[in-house]
Amino acid sequence: MADNGDEDSEYRIKVGDCVVLKRGDIFKAMQIQLGKKVIFEKQWIFLDKTVGQLYSTTFDIVSGGNLLPQKPKNADDASDAKEAGTDNRNIVDDGKSQKLTRDDIETLKEQGLKGQEIIQQLIDNSSTFRDKTEYAQDKYIKKKKKKYENTVTILKPSCRILAMMYHGREPGKICHLRYDTLAQMLTLGNVHAGSKVLVFETCAGLVLGSVMERMGGKFVLLTLQSLAVAHCIIKQPLFPLHSGHGSVVQMYPGGGPVRAGMESFGFPAHFHDTLHEFPICHVNALLAGTLDTTGKHSSAVEKQSDKDKEKEQNQPEAEQAGEQQDGPEDPNMETVTAEEARVEKEKKEKEKRKEAKAQEKRMKLAAAVAQLEGRNADGLIIASRFHPSSVVMGLLKFLAPSRPFVIYSQYKEALIECFTKLKEHGGTVNVRLTDTWLRHYQVLPNRTHPLLLMSGGGGYLLSGTTVATDTAKPSGSQRVEEPAAKRQKLTDTEG
Amino acid sequence: MSFVEYSDVIQDGDVAIVYLGIDSTMPIKVQKGAQTQTRYGVIRHSTDLIGQRYGSKVTCSKGGWVHVLHPTPELWTVSLPHRTQILYTTDIATITMMLELKPGSVVCESGTGSGSLSHAILRTIAPTGHLHTVEFHQQRAEKVAEEFKEHRVDHLVTVRNQDVCKDGFGVTGVADAVFLDIPSPWEAVRHAKTALKRQAGGRVCSFSPCIEQVQKTCQALMDQGFEELSSVEVLLRVHDVRVVSMPLPDFGPDPSAPPGPDSRGEAPNHASIALKTTTPPREIPGHTGYLTFATKPRT
Repeated sequence: MADNGDEDSEYRIKVGDCVVLKRGDIFKAMQIQLGKKVIFEKQWIFLDKTVGQLYSTTFDIVSGGNLLPQKPKNADDASDAKEAGTDNRNIVDDGKSQKLTRDDIETLKEQGLKGQEIIQQLIDNSSTFRDKTEYAQDKYIKKKKKKYENTVTILKPSCRILAMMYHGREPGKICHLRYDTLAQMLTLGNVHAGSKVLVFETCAGLVLGSVMERMGGKFVLLTLQSLAVAHCIIKQPLFPLHSGHGSVVQMYPGGGPVRAGMESFGFPAHFHDTLHEFPICHVNALLAGTLDTTGKHSSAVEKQSDKDKEKEQNQPEAEQAGEQQDGPEDPNMETVTAEEARVEKEKKEKEKRKEAKAQEKRMKLAAAVAQLEGRNADGLIIASRFHPSSVVMGLLKFLAPSRPFVIYSQYKEALIECFTKLKEHGGTVNVRLTDTWLRHYQVLPNRTHPLLLMSGGGGYLLSGTTVATDTAKPSGSQRVEEPAAKRQKLTDTEG
Repeated sequence: MSFVEYSDVIQDGDVAIVYLGIDSTMPIKVQKGAQTQTRYGVIRHSTDLIGQRYGSKVTCSKGGWVHVLHPTPELWTVSLPHRTQILYTTDIATITMMLELKPGSVVCESGTGSGSLSHAILRTIAPTGHLHTVEFHQQRAEKVAEEFKEHRVDHLVTVRNQDVCKDGFGVTGVADAVFLDIPSPWEAVRHAKTALKRQAGGRVCSFSPCIEQVQKTCQALMDQGFEELSSVEVLLRVHDVRVVSMPLPDFGPDPSAPPGPDSRGEAPNHASIALKTTTPPREIPGHTGYLTFATKPRT
């Protein structure tokens, strides 16, 4: 079957792509750059030869760190009846059954033998291999493959792959959020295209990226008329988004939003059009209506320090200029003035750039404010090392009624406190504190069982839905949400 | 209102979710002039619902009150009328992420059953994806198609009343993901392979309660050349937050202790300590089914 280049073009690796390298259960996110040596699993390799190849291709690592696409696998060799034993009663583990020494194996490696061939050598030189049971032989081969097979697969990034990567490599960076817990968050939060989601996370941007993946980037607002035209052209039903929402607002603590994890997703440019950021240090001002984004009254401290900097720079030059103007005619006067004019021009341009940057910053802030001030967000996702009660009480106000919120914490106690605060405050229903238990299985004929090791914990979630808070919520309400309130006392009719 | 897009105000013809309490929700078809009975009294649609904001509190005739929520697939899962055993949010969330579903995904599913997973898939793949769902029971297929229409998602889904093991999903080479929740999934694996896109990376998932089914399915997946096989189970644990009171033991007056502020050497005022903690429910779902995932290589 001939490759249809056009059909496959979006499935081919390109320079600059964000990819994930995989070997077995080890993942590493990277960007394809030519001529750059990268390290993966203690080996230095060049990714140059991957460009133009299809994603999910497995490559052999050959000498020099170059990659060679593997030939498609033919049926497993040695599937014909192998000599095998029945049990291990006569197998003595004296460490002497393998005749090849470490040096021998190194020599084989240097000779350029492929992983598969090295493994065959090991089998041939093992005095006990044929006494092992068939299952033990399988296990032995699998183990050697893991050690000697020199391959790497290039994958397209996805939430699934990146979440597993982070959890396996750097769980501390993501507050030990396990990938199934992240899956729960995205679903409980009803993250979907066209919604406005607020995200507060200190998980390296992984949670942000996952939310963005589920939002799908920018969707063009279609009028009914253009719909009819478009329908004729592409012959597929189209769904108009009536509110033209579809945005993610990243609330961030500190100096700037962390997005490394999000960048690893390799989203196309239009995804970034839907992403806003808002520093939490301005939350109270925004809620109070006192936040100014026009720059007229930008923080006094900021303005003052800028002014001081300018003064310092202006002072010596102003003095010089003054002197020159008053000074006597001097043959050198013209060149000095030209020099000074150049410096003056540079300074002006530097200021222009600075002002442009500040203007851009103000515009971004204003855009984020526009998203938030309506207090009509569709979802709130929190996953951070910050104290969750404080975070959620600060951000819940931005949610519309009848919208979900999900809070992740590594620690249950922090969420117990959160639960209590939310109940006291009112305005939420269906609040639940949960965690998930995840277990992997080995499924092989006659050898099916759960894996020996499993994850000890993946963190906890507190989820719920907002409700309208227009009517005063009495603290001694007629219905207690905590269990054991079987008797429902009906008070006199309200309103 | 639709199950794939939020709106703010309840309108005639909407499907809304009435929230009565924890673990107590009820779907309602909003209709001018209609009434709905709840244990707190009657809800009159025209006055109590139509024109009100989603999330509003509604006082019923007997004086009790409820909240009316915008439908979501999660709320639908816990309120929908069961025609079959359904998948719950915990498994649904895992499936959604592991199948890499997102806006624009094309998904094949069988059996549709009561549509619990279907609604969640539709929400995730909207507005540009498509769901091809196969249900071999005619009445169930008709009922779920009706619901998709009422929920304003019918443009995103095609329901086929046929046997996936014999006739497949009705499409070839287009799916990004395939989901199987049927008695004999190993018989449908080859159809899953046909329905998936040619390029590598197509994902498949099979849900089975019994380990024997899982073994047969894994064998079929391997025979058909699928890779990256992974079988897991996910269980939800709920923690009920409570304040618990634990009495202090009385060991008698302590001669060595220094005299307290009231200096009378008597037992302390508080005979118990209040502890904020969580307790597990008495019984929890211990098993729903095993989830087996795999990736299709290029074909």
